[in-house]
Amino acid sequence: MGLARYIVQRFITYLLVLYIGLTITFFLPRFMPSNPIDNYIAQMQSRVGQTMTPAAMANLRNSLEQLYGLKGSLWSQYLHYMGSVVLHFDFGPSFANYPDSVASLIFTALPWTAGLLLTSTIIAWILGNMVGLVAGYFNKSRTASVLEFFGIVLYPIPYYILALVAILILAYYIPVFPLTPTFLPGAMTLQKFGNILYNSFLPGLTLVLAAFGWNILSMKTLAVATKEEPFVTYARMKGTSDWTRMTNYVFRNAMLPQVTGLVLSLATIFSGALLTEILFSYPGVGLLMRTAAGSGDYNMLYGTIDLSIIAVATAAFVLDLVYPLLDPRIRFR
Amino acid sequence: MLRIRSRTVAAQQPARPSSRRRLRLPLNPRLIIGLALLTIFVGGSFILPFFTSVDPSAQGTYWKDLPMSTTHLLGTNSLGQDIFWFLVFAIRNSLLIGVSASLGITIISCVLGLSAGYIGGWYERIVVLLTDTFICIPVLPILIVMSALMQGNTSFLMVSLILMAFGWAWNARTLRSMVLSLREREFINTARFSGAGTVAIIAREIFPYVYAYMVIGFINTILYAINTEAALAVIGLSKLDVPTLGSIIFWALNYNALLTGETVWIIAPIVATVLLFLGLFLTSTGYNEYFAYRRGVA
Amino acid sequence: MICLHNIVATYTTRRGQVNAVDGVSVDIPDNMILGIAGESGCGKSTLIKVIYGDLGFPLALTAGSISYGFQNDGGQEVTLANIQKEWFKRISYIPQSSMSSLNPVVRIRDQFLDFPSVSRNKAEVLERARAFVQKLGLPPQALDAYPHQLSGGMRQRVMVAIATFFQPHIIFADEPTTALDVVVQKAILLLLMNLQKEMKSTIIFVSHDMGVHYQIADRMLIMYAAKAVEYADTEESFRRPLHPYTLMLTNALPVIGDDRERQGLPGQPPSLWEPMRGCRFAPRCPLATDLCRTTEPPLLQHAAGHYAACHHADRVAELKESLANAHDLIGVSR
Repeated sequence: MGLARYIVQRFITYLLVLYIGLTITFFLPRFMPSNPIDNYIAQMQSRVGQTMTPAAMANLRNSLEQLYGLKGSLWSQYLHYMGSVVLHFDFGPSFANYPDSVASLIFTALPWTAGLLLTSTIIAWILGNMVGLVAGYFNKSRTASVLEFFGIVLYPIPYYILALVAILILAYYIPVFPLTPTFLPGAMTLQKFGNILYNSFLPGLTLVLAAFGWNILSMKTLAVATKEEPFVTYARMKGTSDWTRMTNYVFRNAMLPQVTGLVLSLATIFSGALLTEILFSYPGVGLLMRTAAGSGDYNMLYGTIDLSIIAVATAAFVLDLVYPLLDPRIRFR
Repeated sequence: MLRIRSRTVAAQQPARPSSRRRLRLPLNPRLIIGLALLTIFVGGSFILPFFTSVDPSAQGTYWKDLPMSTTHLLGTNSLGQDIFWFLVFAIRNSLLIGVSASLGITIISCVLGLSAGYIGGWYERIVVLLTDTFICIPVLPILIVMSALMQGNTSFLMVSLILMAFGWAWNARTLRSMVLSLREREFINTARFSGAGTVAIIAREIFPYVYAYMVIGFINTILYAINTEAALAVIGLSKLDVPTLGSIIFWALNYNALLTGETVWIIAPIVATVLLFLGLFLTSTGYNEYFAYRRGVA
Repeated sequence: MICLHNIVATYTTRRGQVNAVDGVSVDIPDNMILGIAGESGCGKSTLIKVIYGDLGFPLALTAGSISYGFQNDGGQEVTLANIQKEWFKRISYIPQSSMSSLNPVVRIRDQFLDFPSVSRNKAEVLERARAFVQKLGLPPQALDAYPHQLSGGMRQRVMVAIATFFQPHIIFADEPTTALDVVVQKAILLLLMNLQKEMKSTIIFVSHDMGVHYQIADRMLIMYAAKAVEYADTEESFRRPLHPYTLMLTNALPVIGDDRERQGLPGQPPSLWEPMRGCRFAPRCPLATDLCRTTEPPLLQHAAGHYAACHHADRVAELKESLANAHDLIGVSR
């Protein structure tokens, strides 16, 4: 059946994407001109001078190689890497927070990133598409031009500028929200939930605004084009109301390319989320990466890249599965 | 609807875009504003540096934290640098990085996208798989890792190379879909059956159609490249001693420009970035509209 | 009876204004099939749009009026002012590209029922709909399908079903058989004819295919360059046309057993953007005289129910003779 084939195809692509992505991550540091072990040894040497004996140096190098999975031939390293990542989700120990494993630190930070990303992406997609739909459907009215103008101005502004402007306006000039978040410890209570919302508002707002512009503009273009389709014209001549036409006819068709567009921009949204977290010191994966970069915690860095690829690929796969639910032409071939 | 019009006017329109057609209407407002902004920025940032002999990135050249005046158009910052000149050089450098990275990305995505779309078969499937994979790889984490490995000696060359290695997927995918829809059009089959080779067909028949999208993609990619480098700089992981749009912001943040009241230091690059990106974006969409109009679709 | 009084319909474009229909006055009786014929751009699609009441920028009615001959729910006479409320109640429309006139992501049954005059009880209406589509040759399960699952012919039947389900007085069809293969064409045409006979409604359709007109139209309105040039029973239009253009149109139709070379009509219709004097057909007309080039011929009744706009309607018969003789290459008897 058509649908089963579609799902299987997508699943195989998903697995292949994961495989190739993880492999690239494996080779990436090995192609860089710099080597973490040499870096660290150089650091140690500058710190302790020449007082390290060659035997101690060799020992250090050995343990470092084990730590970073650089022992043995390339092929055995690869197998070891693939095995530990795929089977155990193990990226090795974190150097800066030894002996905590990278995986455990990532999994602590992951819910924050996921929560922020999911809520802001969903809000931006729904709101942006609604605004774009109205602007496109009534595209001769003044309101539509204003909305489109809003989208045009918003779209090219990069994440960090939005974050800075948000900080400037809402945390500095009019201090409503905090510059950096402080979260309450302990179990989840209503108060803690409110505190989370309060502290997450600014980064969330940044992410929503960043995606909002594109959603408005692309939806408007799609809505205008769909409005000209024969089936919408025919619906008009049947005497259907504007509301029915806008929702049942224009939106249900225009949203299909929008879902595809969302899948394609997942990597960008993810990068933007990481950046925003860093700027707001939000305790997610982004901050983890930044501090790891500063402290030379390479296992953590590789782990977070792997995670990024897995996250984006999985999200894309899930959306690919949702698509047939929206488009009966895929559901029933 | 306009049956009458189509009979009397469209009869003279050729089926394919011809570069020898006259302009019928003036350029649309978006394109004009976009090009104006770009001219100011590009022209200003490339010409103005000839009028100053001071190295803007040298610290302590002037008194610190001076307000805006006629000698220092945007004042000076906490490092003793003139903000205005620093900004000018920053814009120039950002543009250089953006354009060079974008050139590389555009070439790669063109070659891959056009060839995959046209040749098809196993070749296409492999390219599509690679494209899908690279689309799922977010670039920022990779740049962060790279800069960590370089221990602060990040070179712009490395940044550009990584951008090129990972940023081609989006454009390649768009171009491939264009070629797919073109492949079945009549004139392609005509060329194929008259014995033209693959490269010749891609160059002579397909290229004129997709070239507009390539230009648009090129401009959008400049935006993307400048943006990504600046993002890296803002979090402090790029080459920070060279003035770029991102590094100004980084230094301003680092010196707590907000808290010391040095607001011009941080607002100037924000405004400059927004205007530059707006210029690029308006030029890109304006050109899109213009080209759609010339094709007779608008 | 639908009465059209001096209909002038104007399009406003960036280039200016143009009259796509320029002064058409005809009376259309009830309970019959009217075919509107003519070349592309003669104004026929615009005319049925106007009669349907689908006016809105950039199309406007700059002169004339229409009376439809029936009353609405409130007992008032229906005119262009309130005709929109009758859409898919007492009048309906079968669009040109019915292939793509159905919403691809919504089931047929939901599109069958989403016009305002459908009563609240959707389930009961759906039952009736299922019975109805069977009469048109569709399986009742077709209603549960999505448009892409049906063939082109089935989709066209669905459009006809939607348009006739609630027994309208008038049905408009814009090129109902274009883009269908001839077998399906015939089926759809038969369907329309049978429905019309059963419901005693009026069908007004537009087609540039003279063969279609010959098969199902009771009367024909021939249009040329935004003007009505002939209006008569179909038989009469084919056998004894009173306008040279009608003669050329009908002459182009092949006849079984007659393998003479078909005579086409050289030239093109005039551009409606240019000011025109006299009869608009004069530049292409073999019978044109100075009178034709200076004075526009009005649409006059030349025989019972047979109207033509030509100064030399009486000479058309001999023109027909001479055309037949001139191309009698093989000597096949007529």
